[in-house]
Amino acid sequence: MSKAGLVRAGLVLGFLLLLELLTRTGVINGLVMIPPSAMAAALWTLLLSGALDAAMAQSFSNIALAFLLSVVLGFAGGLLVHALPRLRRLVDPLLASYYAVPFFVFYPLLVAIFGLNRWPLVAIGFAFGSAAMVIATLNGLDRVPRVLRKVAQVHRLGRAAEIFLVILPAATPHLFTGLKLALAYSFIGVLAGEFILSGGGLGFSIAYAYDGFDNRTMYALMLFVVALAILLNATLHVWEQHLILRRRRP
Amino acid sequence: MNGTATRDGSGFQRALDAVLLLAVILAAWQGLYASVGEVAITSPLGTLAEIEQLLRSPVFWGNVGATATALAVSAAISALAGVAAGLALGFHRFAGVVAEPILAALYTLPKVTLYPVVLLVFGLGVSAKIAFGVMHGVIPVVLFTMSAVRNIEPVHLKTARMLKLTAFQTASTILAPAVVPEIFTGLRVGFALTLLGVLIGEMFASQRGLGFMIMNGMNTHDVPTMTAVVVLLIIFAVIVSSLLLTLDRKLHRRG
Repeated sequence: MSKAGLVRAGLVLGFLLLLELLTRTGVINGLVMIPPSAMAAALWTLLLSGALDAAMAQSFSNIALAFLLSVVLGFAGGLLVHALPRLRRLVDPLLASYYAVPFFVFYPLLVAIFGLNRWPLVAIGFAFGSAAMVIATLNGLDRVPRVLRKVAQVHRLGRAAEIFLVILPAATPHLFTGLKLALAYSFIGVLAGEFILSGGGLGFSIAYAYDGFDNRTMYALMLFVVALAILLNATLHVWEQHLILRRRRP
Repeated sequence: MNGTATRDGSGFQRALDAVLLLAVILAAWQGLYASVGEVAITSPLGTLAEIEQLLRSPVFWGNVGATATALAVSAAISALAGVAAGLALGFHRFAGVVAEPILAALYTLPKVTLYPVVLLVFGLGVSAKIAFGVMHGVIPVVLFTMSAVRNIEPVHLKTARMLKLTAFQTASTILAPAVVPEIFTGLRVGFALTLLGVLIGEMFASQRGLGFMIMNGMNTHDVPTMTAVVVLLIIFAVIVSSLLLTLDRKLHRRG
């Protein structure tokens, strides 16, 4: 591991130890926070008991659906908006203010449209994830060097060949950023939607535990969500570094 | 001149496009209303009437005041703390390398699910809302500021040394113009997320503010009030973001 990685691991570990110390000695009241070791133990018991299986299956399948829809439709939307400058000029300010709108407020509307099932939550995850993909696609397409397009013209590539052989590879780093953000936002959208509004999934389980003053379960689930987010991030980070290295090679 | 006219379109065409977009949105809204009905959404005209009533009600303005106060305080904290931390992490390269993945991970956390902790620590009330707004808004400011500092061209700093500029001259004539545009982008993104954080905070645990009005409307099936507040919020968010985006582009173009 690099020096920075070691220092980073040390920092995180130090922070956990500090929390452990503060909660064990009672500086932080047990009603406010339980020791990290107790969170881990509670999470372990929860995972083994199988009590989380249904919630996990529900949340993960919703996140996966929202992510897939975000990427496919977001990419298509980005291509479309990029091809139409007039549309782009109108959509730009909307995209810039997009993430200030709390989409959860549309949940009742979505329930009225889709019915009381998984789709309102998938739609919220999609609403969060797709805009990031659209923005990243636009950024990527904007930054394709003009000389590459000229090379495509010189070689008399057709429209499809130009897109697949020239434009997509040139825009890959930005598209990857879009993929990363779409996953993160789908994750956030689905869990937050469950937390605030729905009656199932991991987000709901946290809200339920909070309402029932069940601190052990609540912190165990929070630890689980945080660990999941970090794991997803780290995986994508490693993959991205790998892609960057490969691109640098001649 | 002619070139910009064809690229940006004439003023008339832009106005026409904006009207068209608005018409499409209104038509979609009306269509949605026709298919799902009063239980979930109010018609555009009905919402307009409701907005007119809201704008005359003192209760509404009290809630606006509560949200505005929380938003102003948390946006100020996010901006100051974010820029300070970003500058420090940007100039101290190793600290930046250590911190960046941690910040990125924090950024992608579904922070809503951590709201109970904020409530347990800060208690129910305005400080929890502010803390939640800062949690959402501060990280993009840090990340953008950090990358702005890192992207300063070394040759610019060398030029400053060659010209024997004082520290203040270097900061005002070299560093500030180099980093301000990107920091501003960070502040713009941070502001939008701060608004989101404050609103979610109000939705989940508050007795005042626009987020509370929305949540209350949802719980009591007061669809007209809910729709009206949501529409007002969207209009506010779009106007503020458009203004910030215009400024942002001006700053970037100058460089």
